[in-house]
Amino acid sequence: MTAATGIGARVLRTEDKRFLTGTGRYVDDLPLARATYAHFVRSPHAHAKIKSIDTSAARAMPGVVAIFTGKDIADAKVGGLICGWVVKDKHGQPHKAPPHPVMAADTVRYVGDTVAMVVANSHDEAKDAAEAIKVDYDAKPANVDLAKALDKGAPEVHPEAPGNLIYDWEIGVKADVDAAFAKAAHVTKIDIVNNRLIPNAMEPRAAAAEYDKGTGNYTLWSTSQNPHVLRLILSAFVLGIPEHKLRVIAPDVGGGFGSKIFCYNEETMVTWAASRVGRPIKWTAERSESFQTDAHGRDHVTHAELALDKDGKFLALKVETIANMGAYLSTFSTAVPTYLYATLLAGQYTTPLIYANVKAALTNTAPVDAYRGAGRPEATYVIESIVSKAAKELKMDPADLRRKNFIPSTAFPYQTPVALQYDSGNYPPIIDEAIKIADYKGFEARRAEAKSRGKLRGIGFSSYIEACGLAPSQVIGQLGGGVGQWESAQLKFNPTGNIQILTGAHSHGQGHETTFAQLISDKLGVPMDQIEVVHGDTATTPFGMGSYGSRSLAVGGSAIMKAADKIIAKGKKIAAHLMEASVADVVFENGTFKVAGTDKAVPLGQAVFAAYVPHNYPLAEIEPGMDENAFYDPANFVYPAGTQICEVEIDPETGVVEVVNHTAVDDFGNIINPMIVEGQVHGGIVQGVGQALLENAVYDKETGQLISGSYMDYTMPRADDVPSFKLGYKVTPCPHNPLGVKGCGEAGAIAAPAAVMNAVHDALAPLGVSHVPMPATPLNVWQAIHGARAAAE
Amino acid sequence: MTIPVAMTVNGKPASGKVEARTLLVQFLREHLGMTGTHVGCDTSQCGACVVHVDGRSVKSCTMLAVQAEGAKVMTIEGLAESAEKLHPMQEAFRENHALQCGFCTPGMVMSAIDMVKRHNYQLDEATVRRELEGNLCRCTGYHNIVKAILAAAPAMKSAGV
Amino acid sequence: MYDFHYHRPKTLADAVNLLKGKDEARPMSGGMTLIPTLKQRLARPSDVVDLGGIKELAGIKVEGNNVVIGGMTRHADVASSADVKSAIPALAYLAEHIGDPQVRNRGTIGGSIANNDPAADYPGAVVGLNATVTTNTGKHTADSFFKGLFETALSDGELVTSVSFPKAEKAAYMKFPNPASRYAMVGVFVAKTAGGVRVAVTGAGPCVFRVKAMEDALAKNFSSDAIKDIKVPADGLNSDIHASAEYRAHLVNVMARRAVDAANK
Repeated sequence: MTAATGIGARVLRTEDKRFLTGTGRYVDDLPLARATYAHFVRSPHAHAKIKSIDTSAARAMPGVVAIFTGKDIADAKVGGLICGWVVKDKHGQPHKAPPHPVMAADTVRYVGDTVAMVVANSHDEAKDAAEAIKVDYDAKPANVDLAKALDKGAPEVHPEAPGNLIYDWEIGVKADVDAAFAKAAHVTKIDIVNNRLIPNAMEPRAAAAEYDKGTGNYTLWSTSQNPHVLRLILSAFVLGIPEHKLRVIAPDVGGGFGSKIFCYNEETMVTWAASRVGRPIKWTAERSESFQTDAHGRDHVTHAELALDKDGKFLALKVETIANMGAYLSTFSTAVPTYLYATLLAGQYTTPLIYANVKAALTNTAPVDAYRGAGRPEATYVIESIVSKAAKELKMDPADLRRKNFIPSTAFPYQTPVALQYDSGNYPPIIDEAIKIADYKGFEARRAEAKSRGKLRGIGFSSYIEACGLAPSQVIGQLGGGVGQWESAQLKFNPTGNIQILTGAHSHGQGHETTFAQLISDKLGVPMDQIEVVHGDTATTPFGMGSYGSRSLAVGGSAIMKAADKIIAKGKKIAAHLMEASVADVVFENGTFKVAGTDKAVPLGQAVFAAYVPHNYPLAEIEPGMDENAFYDPANFVYPAGTQICEVEIDPETGVVEVVNHTAVDDFGNIINPMIVEGQVHGGIVQGVGQALLENAVYDKETGQLISGSYMDYTMPRADDVPSFKLGYKVTPCPHNPLGVKGCGEAGAIAAPAAVMNAVHDALAPLGVSHVPMPATPLNVWQAIHGARAAAE
Repeated sequence: MTIPVAMTVNGKPASGKVEARTLLVQFLREHLGMTGTHVGCDTSQCGACVVHVDGRSVKSCTMLAVQAEGAKVMTIEGLAESAEKLHPMQEAFRENHALQCGFCTPGMVMSAIDMVKRHNYQLDEATVRRELEGNLCRCTGYHNIVKAILAAAPAMKSAGV
Repeated sequence: MYDFHYHRPKTLADAVNLLKGKDEARPMSGGMTLIPTLKQRLARPSDVVDLGGIKELAGIKVEGNNVVIGGMTRHADVASSADVKSAIPALAYLAEHIGDPQVRNRGTIGGSIANNDPAADYPGAVVGLNATVTTNTGKHTADSFFKGLFETALSDGELVTSVSFPKAEKAAYMKFPNPASRYAMVGVFVAKTAGGVRVAVTGAGPCVFRVKAMEDALAKNFSSDAIKDIKVPADGLNSDIHASAEYRAHLVNVMARRAVDAANK
């Protein structure tokens, strides 16, 4: 164990130096000789028939190399993009799966849908030519308003999905839940909209592809969170390029938050066209394209009811949700509002009966898929909104009502009524710690002080649970997921004793190059500067599932530990041979093999050298070399949990909400690098605060134009929109992975919206405001205040 | 139509032939191969492209390359004294974990240095947060960026940079 | 961006000559609006005449009772000018709250008022202080300069050379920024000068406008109480996803009162 760099140490990041000196290498930074540049013609209509496309003028423009349309794609028999998760509806039927062509040939279904691709010698020339392409559209009525998307007579997005219904899905037994409601002493009801978000990783999506005529090999550089999965989809379903002839590289990637999990039109087109053009093709989204075409997040309309007994014990929960899928089913879209949402509706509570009905609807908007938290923020917003509202109605302290209903620590493993079995947890100490850090006791004094300044101060709780560390492959398979969810690792020692960790996980900000190296530094006693983490290249790393769902450490890290065990096991055999001892007597401590009770010792480096220069080596028993592979498939999800407490001040004259205090206490199991974990929580909280107060993807309900299509109208959280945060930790180690770790990537974004909104409602309660829609923008808050005043008069 | 352009970038002369419409950031990235300066938006808001022109922080996506004719341009690549010795602001970002994916980082660092100097090495949290209006970060939640800038201000002063 | 011919004259006369006779020529001062517009291909000038090389257009002078700011003076220079800060602190405050530091380092007063974006800050100060706009061909009063949405009294080839702001006895600017763009969703400039009281509102409507009822009330009693019941009609105000016309009308009152309070401090 290397104290300064091992598990639990605050190790500064290895990757920082290149990012801080401008020497990171993102897709758009690649110098590709003879590169051409792609630009896409996109639909200005939310829904239209393409009557004709005239590319003749554009083809004659300077610098134009090639132009492709949807017809070319159809003629070449390129497959459509797939949805990789088959959700069965309440009658056992698979979800409707309308086709998703890589470029639209006859109908466009959202503003930004791809219509043609221009390849030219420069991006400016490609753009010049794109403007000269004449597309004759026959505009059709668009289905934009989610709340009305399933109504009779709503414009139909795809004929394959009558009534725009992708599935009508349920979990739980409705009759049992109804019976519990009939006996309830109190019922709390909410109607909420989980606002649609646009992910906005700061690096726009980008792709570059090259075809080697000699070998027939393709290389695609993509801003991907999971290059192997992208390759699998492109190979097996879309382009038919065999996997071994397609190399996908995801180099430095500037944030993902889910939006870079999916297989997109543009990277598909760039790869397909590379062999036809015979030169490398680069494409980088302009931010306006990112707004229009990155898979969006959230977007639910929900009615929920909570039944309580006279003492405030939860008896049953009933939830009805319409979830927006957008115009096409993105890669994992169907799973988000079902298995990542409804299965989380128990939260931290013992609610014995839960029924949820989810209807997935098509609309003429960009596809919707997983975005940081994916389903779990939506579930948490439902639960934590209704619990806080119930506390208000029952005049109970919101913390007390939560405590009364927490799953007791003695009940783990705990089987919820919505399929999941929580492996571990201890919730009361978390909320106690949060209350202490947030000085909940002192709140009323702060509220009074704020009032003296004309401000309304409120406090809000959000106690979340999440299931992450995706995931046990067999469970995923049973639920309709199309892939395994294990992770891979390879530990490759070099003869001189340094080591490469090759991982199937992918870092796009999470700091794997540091955290993963810490694992090996700790386990094998190798100094940090002798460790290199390699990720993101299908040609060099073992097949892996990539990073999303807070899985990198819990699953990918566990694979690394398994591979390290194999290194130690092999090293013991080598060391036993060198020390002329029995393998059973060899122990491994602090990077050295020893024979207990003697002074015999072989440092790991010596065993590694012996493995590569096997002059004195047990070749009859073991192979030379020190290079071990491991795959790890988890036994269960991991279940991080925590409580956030938010304090806001509202200016009642303007409706401006200011977050003045925000506390988060989390149980992430064991922590490898506290500095990196804190960074994840900070970032997550701000995305959650963004959802609660600022961010909203708004389409014009008639025309389907994206109104919030740039930073001029989509409110990104800025530094002065948020305070500094107060964090705390409680640890119940995960019982089923070798590191005892849970996931920390999504927690902040999962818990924060409900905490903020509960604080807003608490602040406004004295004015008689019962509901503010999310995001609680100045306008929404002012209107709520205005409405309450008008109602009172 | 191309126009010759010449400027000083990170203390060294740099020249090339550009179109009138070539942005300064395009000149840096595509002509000079200095890809440390990034482009994150098209409406001049994200700040990933911030560089210094004649000592002032500017958005290089909202300035034509020809407008920088004869100017002294400083980019993220020019800050560190050597591979080992980072600028105090770069060091503070690393020490305080003020970056995650690294994409906004070059612009953040350039804006931060300009901010510290304009405020004569004296900053408080509220000022730092307000001064960061032109720089978006999606990863860090700004918490550690603010911490890093507050830590870098005295470090820059004592280092005389 | 479409390509264009680029010119960087050294004198005002050269700039005017370059613009003359070219229908599609556009002057560029800071470029903070023009370049994003060009990037989005919303304009296609044949020629861009960059005023950045004209030294005579930049600078701040105090002339008697007036602060005279050259058309090419950057927002950052107005914000940090000791002269402006001491003569009309509200004007320095306004400049300090335009855009972000990088925009303030490039954007200019002449460009801002010539563009007359409805959400720009400077028109509030120009009208609020009853400034005089000087161009290469003459002078415009504040009230006659701003004509409507992106429309001014400038004719083709006419360039803002300076803006002269009379000193105020009391003045303040209160801005309610658009949460996303941070442009003024409502900005109210209130000033009490030798010429009387003015209340100028930017951001709320298609063009900066004055609120006569507030001016009259404040002339009698320069306190926020005097205007607390004066409502601006919502009719004709801007409405978007960030603020309805009613909300903007409400904010005009709130920001005006806060501006008066700030001016009285």
